[in-house]
Amino acid sequence: MLVFAVYPLASSFLYSLYSWNGLARGGFAGLGNFKQVLLQEPFSSWTYRAFTHNVVVFLSLMVVQNGLAFLIGFALLKGMPGHRFHQVAVFLPVVLSTVIVGFLWKLFLNPIFGAVNQALIAIGLAGWAQPWLGQPQTALASLIAVNTWHWVGFPALVFLAGMQRIPREVLEAARLDGAGDLALMRRVIWPLVAPSATIAFVLLFIGSFNWFELPYIMAGLDGSPGGATDVLGLYFYRTAFGAVSSGLQDFGRGSALAVLMFLFIAAVASIWVRMLRRREIEI
Amino acid sequence: MLYPVLIMVFSAFKSNAEIYAAPFAPPTGLNLDNLARVLGETHFQQYLVNSVLTTGASIALILVLGTMAAYGLARYEFRGNGAIFMFFLAGLMVPLKLAIIPLFIELKAMGLIDTRLGLVAIYTAMGLPSAVFILTGFLKALPGELEQSARIDGAGEARIMLQIMLPLARPAMVIAAIHNAVPIWNDFFFPLVFVQSDRLKTLPQGLTVFMGEYNTDWGVLFAGLMLAALPITLLYILLSRQFIAGLTSGALK
Repeated sequence: MLVFAVYPLASSFLYSLYSWNGLARGGFAGLGNFKQVLLQEPFSSWTYRAFTHNVVVFLSLMVVQNGLAFLIGFALLKGMPGHRFHQVAVFLPVVLSTVIVGFLWKLFLNPIFGAVNQALIAIGLAGWAQPWLGQPQTALASLIAVNTWHWVGFPALVFLAGMQRIPREVLEAARLDGAGDLALMRRVIWPLVAPSATIAFVLLFIGSFNWFELPYIMAGLDGSPGGATDVLGLYFYRTAFGAVSSGLQDFGRGSALAVLMFLFIAAVASIWVRMLRRREIEI
Repeated sequence: MLYPVLIMVFSAFKSNAEIYAAPFAPPTGLNLDNLARVLGETHFQQYLVNSVLTTGASIALILVLGTMAAYGLARYEFRGNGAIFMFFLAGLMVPLKLAIIPLFIELKAMGLIDTRLGLVAIYTAMGLPSAVFILTGFLKALPGELEQSARIDGAGEARIMLQIMLPLARPAMVIAAIHNAVPIWNDFFFPLVFVQSDRLKTLPQGLTVFMGEYNTDWGVLFAGLMLAALPITLLYILLSRQFIAGLTSGALK
């Protein structure tokens, strides 16, 4: 672990301070790489574009994926018919590789005969059929939807586990006081599953800002179409190891990006964990 | 949730024409052409073997090293115990993906680029923190009287660990193994960076090569996807109870 995890992480910081010529370390560059990535065109606008996309991805997944997960968790808690089966089914996509999921949905989203457009035509919404991954307005949203299908089972189980820890008497007391499903969810369950929410939120945050595999498989290394799906993970990989189109690789700028991403993730995650922990109530 | 998976299975048994005509219908017969082509024309088996070897070796190392470390941390008191535990814990928080550049240079210097050993080393380092975390918690909870009575009966420290404690820790070891096996089996990023030659590619990475070759043959593509998803899906269905229990208990501590 020391050799293969700690040392490389520490070296990242060091490497970001040098200029690089391919694999060979050049002269000391101070904060030059950081300046390039943050302030110098065209790199800076790529950085901000990718960062904005990461923020969008994170916020939408927060609403769609975690929101859905909470509802699924609640449905499983209530023990609807066949909930054992559903519990297993909801989680099945989580064990599949992102490569498999990405390719599968790429085939489904194919504009000519992909299952998604075919389904829209079949239910009379032919006007909605479109090249989902081919146009800038829909590409990122499609990736977010696929990500939700793939991962929603994980936060759903985390929420379910949290809900199962709430004592039965608490739920029954609320019921006796005349709380419906909605009130029960908002007033009783939601505050009491705060520890689960902390985990689900923070993992989603780290995942969203490390997002790489799904956009790489489904949209390619350039974040096509027109950079609409470019995220920090892709931009970082492209900078460090070179794109298909340009063979350039720049370890200095790549390391600077990695360091910035790492600092951002670590800082926000730790502050946020502290804030979230504070609102957790002991049962 | 399962419907897309079902369509994938259906399509694996259909010809291109059938997929175009009726993408949602079940296949008309048991058409095995696609499967035969995946197995006959591509390096699918080679990728599968690589995935099994890499994942298997990593999990074995994680369990052996992780159990030894956790056992020491949980059952013995010594100076620096807490610090070492914190060191492992810190490993849980860090996204190793961001350290890929120095990792690349380091492996290059060690001559481990484009080898299975390089991947195994990274996966082991990546998996150890969670394994140590899960196992330490579990081993700490085992009663100390067991150990003392064994010592009175004259058992040595190694014997206590191997014959008394480890059999009791088996559930935790299963959870640690499952917890690490899925991400390692599915990993795409590290093979993408560290493996270049086709004969060493793991399944997720091999798939991208294979998908590129057959990008118009939909039936074959779906068959390939189905075959690639099959091992982990079967394993998941077989172990789903332990799997779900392991993940939820691990997630809440």
